[in-house]
Amino acid sequence: MENLISRYRNVTVLVAILFAQVLGLAVQVKRSGENESTRLIRVWVVNAITPFEKGLVGLQNGAGNLWRNYFYLRGVRQENHQLRQEIEHLRLEQVRLNEDAEQARRLQALLGFKEQFISQTVPAQVIGSSGSEQSRSIYIDKGSHDGIKQDMAVITADGVIGKVLRVFVTTSQVLLIDDQTSGVGAILEKSRLQGVLRGTPAGEIVLEKVAADETIQPGEKVLTSGGDQVFPKGLPVGTVTKVSTGADLFLNVRVKPAANLSKLEEVLVITKNEERMPSVAGMGSSRGVDILAQRLPSVPEKTAEAPKKQSPASAAGIPQLGTNKGKAQPTGINPKPMESTATPGVVHAPTIIAGPRDVTKPASGNPTVKSPGIKSADTAIIKPATQQKTVPLPMKVSEKITKPAASTPKPPPNPSAPNQSGASQPTNQPATQPAVPPQDQTAPQENKPQ
Amino acid sequence: MPITYTSQEQVEVYRFSAPAAILIPLVALFLQAFVPLRFPFFAIFDLPLLVTIFFAVVRRSPVTGLLTGSVIGLLQDSLTHNPIGLYGIAKTVVGYGASSLGVRLDVENAGARLLLTLFFYMVHEIVYFTVGRGLVGLTAHPSWTYELGAAFANAVLAVLLFAALDKFKQRT
Repeated sequence: MENLISRYRNVTVLVAILFAQVLGLAVQVKRSGENESTRLIRVWVVNAITPFEKGLVGLQNGAGNLWRNYFYLRGVRQENHQLRQEIEHLRLEQVRLNEDAEQARRLQALLGFKEQFISQTVPAQVIGSSGSEQSRSIYIDKGSHDGIKQDMAVITADGVIGKVLRVFVTTSQVLLIDDQTSGVGAILEKSRLQGVLRGTPAGEIVLEKVAADETIQPGEKVLTSGGDQVFPKGLPVGTVTKVSTGADLFLNVRVKPAANLSKLEEVLVITKNEERMPSVAGMGSSRGVDILAQRLPSVPEKTAEAPKKQSPASAAGIPQLGTNKGKAQPTGINPKPMESTATPGVVHAPTIIAGPRDVTKPASGNPTVKSPGIKSADTAIIKPATQQKTVPLPMKVSEKITKPAASTPKPPPNPSAPNQSGASQPTNQPATQPAVPPQDQTAPQENKPQ
Repeated sequence: MPITYTSQEQVEVYRFSAPAAILIPLVALFLQAFVPLRFPFFAIFDLPLLVTIFFAVVRRSPVTGLLTGSVIGLLQDSLTHNPIGLYGIAKTVVGYGASSLGVRLDVENAGARLLLTLFFYMVHEIVYFTVGRGLVGLTAHPSWTYELGAAFANAVLAVLLFAALDKFKQRT
């Protein structure tokens, strides 16, 4: 026996080494269902490799920052100008979104829904990868020392990228969503179909478990559904690129990830994700029925009355606010104003549309223009849903617009009506139809500058 | 004919200094983990495999070759999220095979090295996926067209890399 082993020494060692590794694999597979602790060899290797990666990334960033921040400043002035314009646009959009969010919160409170939001994140730098196509994972420079825990969601400004798989003291391993072993609960933005996102061997992402009889259009956005208890609901994941019939009566939906997974530098780890009942403190006396009714389309009243009630302002071509009742309304426009959020006698600018080159064109057809250029969030532009024709010069709406008493539906007082950005806060958003985008939902109403 | 059959006496056996033997695999692992972050196409290469093949054919000792492959593979496994041992087993087999072949063949010229790497890259992938699917239950489905392309890319890189690593060889 001894001679046999010494004669076939190489093969014996090979078999012994392979046997030991197979045994090790078997032990790991058996334990994989349990709460697996990190293997010591992983800790050693990660601790040996990541300090160098951290150092190199730091050096690279330092040199890059030095060059970009102190030497290479070409085009910064122009970029600054563009960014300022973008900020102004975003401010306007924020005002509108705040209003929508307020309304959503009130509805959630009325319907007893819990609201979920990201309350704490930890920024982290990507310092390394697994280096293997069979394991699409990255390493970040934050670990248990920074409050990172297993199964925390990792995102970028563009969308989700993965979840924390293993946590070391100063580093963590993140499993990317394009790995074959990952799974993300997802929902399609428009069709509201749910499925599971998985990676393919080629590094693509597919949405699984969508029945073949459903219709999905390429270009539709994919969001997290929150069903996996890892990713908060509503985060962008990607866009549908191709839909084909797959196996087992399911569709094969290919998704292009929102974030560039092959070039990740900085990420955010969601360390706290709160869920609470929305505050009803600012709801006033509004009833759920009223709020819901304002969202629903209503039957337009007789068109014959419209000319009789037309105000001088309307005749002059000025868009009218607050005089929708009894006036001809185009199909799809709800004439009811937002009574619950309106201050009696005062109507703020309706839905604000960002864009310095938009102009309001009222139903009468005469566009009213004012001085070009938007200087601040106080300068609002209204755009009625009836006609969305764009002409070169924008219209500026006064900060507060009072409605004539005769034509104004008297809303109940609401002390909580939001007015965050000064007088131009659009607290009286006309009722809308769900199919119409928010910026196109403003009905022309009678107005009178204060 | 790039690969020539040689007698045992004609084959030269080399060794490496301890720092080179330790640092070269570690640097290969580091580059494999770091470079794809900046250059995603680099993930197609498998530097630890190339280093395993190089050490195996130069040392020409099957036991040393399989042990080197085993250690490098296990270290590479540690950086992935898959069970430890998949790369370990695959590289053990490659290390043993490459060193056994190195004893019998002259693999000093570029053509021989290209074919050798091409062959052992495919062996490595076959062993990896077989063990992964058979023992660990991985759902990975290899695309053999892609693997063939990757094998060729690794073989080309191996010719350049081996030429650079030849400088660390020491005659026994």
